[in-house]
Amino acid sequence: MLNNFVMPDLYPAAPEIFLLLMSFLVLFVDLFFGATHRWMAAMLTAVTLLGCAALTLVTSDGQTTLTFSNMFVDDLLSDFLKLMTYLAVLMMLVYSRQYLADRGLDKGEFYVLVLYATLGMMVMISAASLLTMYLGLELMSLSLYGLVAIDRDSTRGTEAAMKYFVLGALASGLLLYGMSMIYGATGSLELGGIAQAMYQGHSEKTVLVFGLVFLVAGIAFKLGLVPFHMWIPDVYHGAPTAVTMFVGSAPKLAAFAMALRLLVYGMFGLAGDWQKMLLVMAVLSIGLGNLAAIAQTNIKRMLAYSAISHMGYMVLGLMSGVVGGQVDAFTAVNAYSSALYYSVAYVLMTLGAFGTVLLLSRAGYEAENLEDFKGLNKRSPWFAAMMLIFMFSMAGIPFFIGFFAKFAVLLAAIKAGYTTVAVIAVMFSLIGAFYYLRVVKLMYFDAPADSAPITAGLDLRVLLSLNGLAVAGFGLFPDALMLVCTTTLMRSL
Amino acid sequence: MNSQLLSLAIWVPILGALPVFWIGSERRALVRWLSLLVAIAGFLVTIPLYTGFDASQVGMQFVEKTPWITRFNVQYFLGVDGISMPFILLNSLITIFVVLAGWEVIEEKQAQYMGAFLVMSGLMNGIFSALDGILFYVFFEASLIPMYIIIGVWGGPNRVYAAFKFFLYTLLGSLLMLVALIWLFLEAGGSFSILDWHEMRIGMAPQILIFVAFLVSFAVKVPMWPVHTWLPDAHVEAPTGGSVVLAAIALKLGAYGFVRFSLPIVPDASHHLAPMMIALSLIAVVYIGFVALVQTDMKKLIAYSSISHMGFVTLGFFIFNAIGVEGALVQMISHGFISAAMFLCVGVMYDRMHSRQIADYGGVVHTMPKFAGLFVFFAMANSGLPATSGFVGEFMVILGAIKANFWMGFAAATTLILGAAYTLWMIKRVVFGPIGNPHVAELTDINGREFLVLGLLAVCVLAMGLYPFPFTEVMHASVDNLLKHVAASKL
Repeated sequence: MLNNFVMPDLYPAAPEIFLLLMSFLVLFVDLFFGATHRWMAAMLTAVTLLGCAALTLVTSDGQTTLTFSNMFVDDLLSDFLKLMTYLAVLMMLVYSRQYLADRGLDKGEFYVLVLYATLGMMVMISAASLLTMYLGLELMSLSLYGLVAIDRDSTRGTEAAMKYFVLGALASGLLLYGMSMIYGATGSLELGGIAQAMYQGHSEKTVLVFGLVFLVAGIAFKLGLVPFHMWIPDVYHGAPTAVTMFVGSAPKLAAFAMALRLLVYGMFGLAGDWQKMLLVMAVLSIGLGNLAAIAQTNIKRMLAYSAISHMGYMVLGLMSGVVGGQVDAFTAVNAYSSALYYSVAYVLMTLGAFGTVLLLSRAGYEAENLEDFKGLNKRSPWFAAMMLIFMFSMAGIPFFIGFFAKFAVLLAAIKAGYTTVAVIAVMFSLIGAFYYLRVVKLMYFDAPADSAPITAGLDLRVLLSLNGLAVAGFGLFPDALMLVCTTTLMRSL
Repeated sequence: MNSQLLSLAIWVPILGALPVFWIGSERRALVRWLSLLVAIAGFLVTIPLYTGFDASQVGMQFVEKTPWITRFNVQYFLGVDGISMPFILLNSLITIFVVLAGWEVIEEKQAQYMGAFLVMSGLMNGIFSALDGILFYVFFEASLIPMYIIIGVWGGPNRVYAAFKFFLYTLLGSLLMLVALIWLFLEAGGSFSILDWHEMRIGMAPQILIFVAFLVSFAVKVPMWPVHTWLPDAHVEAPTGGSVVLAAIALKLGAYGFVRFSLPIVPDASHHLAPMMIALSLIAVVYIGFVALVQTDMKKLIAYSSISHMGFVTLGFFIFNAIGVEGALVQMISHGFISAAMFLCVGVMYDRMHSRQIADYGGVVHTMPKFAGLFVFFAMANSGLPATSGFVGEFMVILGAIKANFWMGFAAATTLILGAAYTLWMIKRVVFGPIGNPHVAELTDINGREFLVLGLLAVCVLAMGLYPFPFTEVMHASVDNLLKHVAASKL
């Protein structure tokens, strides 16, 4: 029996292995130096992410390689998404350094949990089988539950973590149940095998669709789509801002990868079915997200509802790849690359928006109410301008990246024949513009309520400026990033 | 031919605004002079557009074309014809006046004020010269941001309401336009070029839908009755410079959209819906004229007068004859000068009295004779006195309207009475008569800077009224071409 064991090709999974080993090192270092040299864990985490990026780049050959008995895939899409994930996590670490230090949260556990969550996302991104997908998802989710509760004296944080855990466990259960159905109907756990089984048409369609419903519900929960969005506002609100920033950024990329791999790679035979489900959820998310955001007075909650609507737009792109059950390569690439582009754009904007919240927070003070943004233009014209860029970008006003993301998605939707849906979507983004404009109004039109100087460190200031300039720069020159997204998808489909 | 000119017209003011922002509002003198320098430079680079313009040529001139978003075949595609070129000059010229108008009165965050206007000037030039649908849209929407900030930061007491109303109203229209643009892109087989769209065949049902999408967008901007209600609010609350740019340039964007998009892209729908457009225009001319009559706030009065005058412009477009369209275009430029001057005049008085109420004035001529002379002159121009630019456009449109239908021309001509009534009645109550109250008695006449601005505008108004040939000459070929397009069915 032992003779049959074939050593898998570890090379494509080098970044994951490296990250795992480094996380042990962080644990060790924290054990011995954690009390005296807190910066070491943070530094090592950053080095780990940079090392992962280097390894990802080195091992990237543009080819699709399957390993671990076809359970793990390394293609251009996974490389690109992983690089974006490292970037988002690294930015989150820089943004939150001082915030965590001020609150005594910069413990070793924080960094280890961040690393494990990142590892989970990487596995999700590279998953080529239902099992690896679930493995990655659980690793990510469990680490995130812990992170949300990292401030153990905060009742709000604990409550949020509890909600997140209970609902997340339910969603995982649904997903797993769906997976078992799919496995039962197709006899395969690998996405390629599932697709093939469906193509051959030997599977029981009722069971497949039954499984698909649960699968889509699980995906929708991770993306935060209506009606599986309940956890988002509470978790965003309750978690420490640094963790909110984390939960709101990189995991969306992983969830996008999960949706794409499960639905497009695996369940393409049922495209007509999941398309309808996604359509309903996309429209509901865009509608409810934008409407509910208006009523918020807490900026973290506002951004939570805004996240729901943004994911709605992203899914609108994702579901536009199939026209009337027919696929042509151009439409498909168009749609999926628009969704990919939207995800990347969204992560950039979200990091910036939460970065501004962190900029205004200081020791013992959370700048999480909209009122805290009052008169920012008088306190710091530069950072008010940055927040203005993030807000207008999220509202989809040119010349910022958010506009081109919406534009690409709308184009994909109209191309797929969903003109009415596109009109509904833009009408809701008109409503959405109101609450983004309100933030700009508070910053520019109102007198400051809080005249304390901004104490954030140089690293945060520089990163926030770069982030703002990136959102504006990718808006002025959107070509490069769009082409990267398109090429990535074209070579990975 | 030097083909970088349009890019210069767009980017000189925008890039010039960056150092203005950077200097910050503490060094006021430096900010002002630098802004003025940038504004003048921005105007100078547009002059070769006029001198180098070939009036006999039909097509686009000074064309620039480079790929911008290759993914969707979006081009950085600029070019002007006889219809759009004058507006670029007008816009760049008005920017100089706006900078001068904000010279002393803007005390708070002057650098941001000046910078916002310079950015907007560049964006407006972009709107008038863009020949790619998405490029047009991007400039069109981006120009909302500086205006929102200008109204909200330096506006009057109700500025927040006005700023939101302005932004959301305009966004409503443009979002529908975006859907229409994408639809046209797909229908045209992957081209966003407006010129390609001009040649494209479209069925009647989609034509109507596209016309409606464009109509919502442009009608809000013009603004046409009944979606005009944002304008009086925005005008009243905006600082003087904001009102000037809104009236002189921003309103023209909507009208320009009709000639660049609606008429040539969907000519059959335009013909089909022309009666409705004409009706809406006449309502704007007559009904809004009456509304202007009862205003007690000077800025509001001029705002309603703007709506009424813009009704003339849309009327001219939708009677589809050369004299009507040309008259509408002349009216647009003329209204750019006159409304700018009127708002600057109100601004001059507001800076001194901090009131826009007609009732607070009376007998201004006794304390401000130089100013009163200019104000009366502009008021005459506003009511369409022959020998001023206001007359030329209105006369041409009325002529065109009578050609089409006598009663239509008759209704339009009532503006000559109404316009004179509300403008001159306001002048009578503000400028003439005995000195109304002690504050008026303490007024000081306009200084050299104010005199320069108003004087230059008076020269423009007079020149255009006495000898409109240089303005109409450049338009002829383009207007004929436009009408040829509109006459040919695309079904």
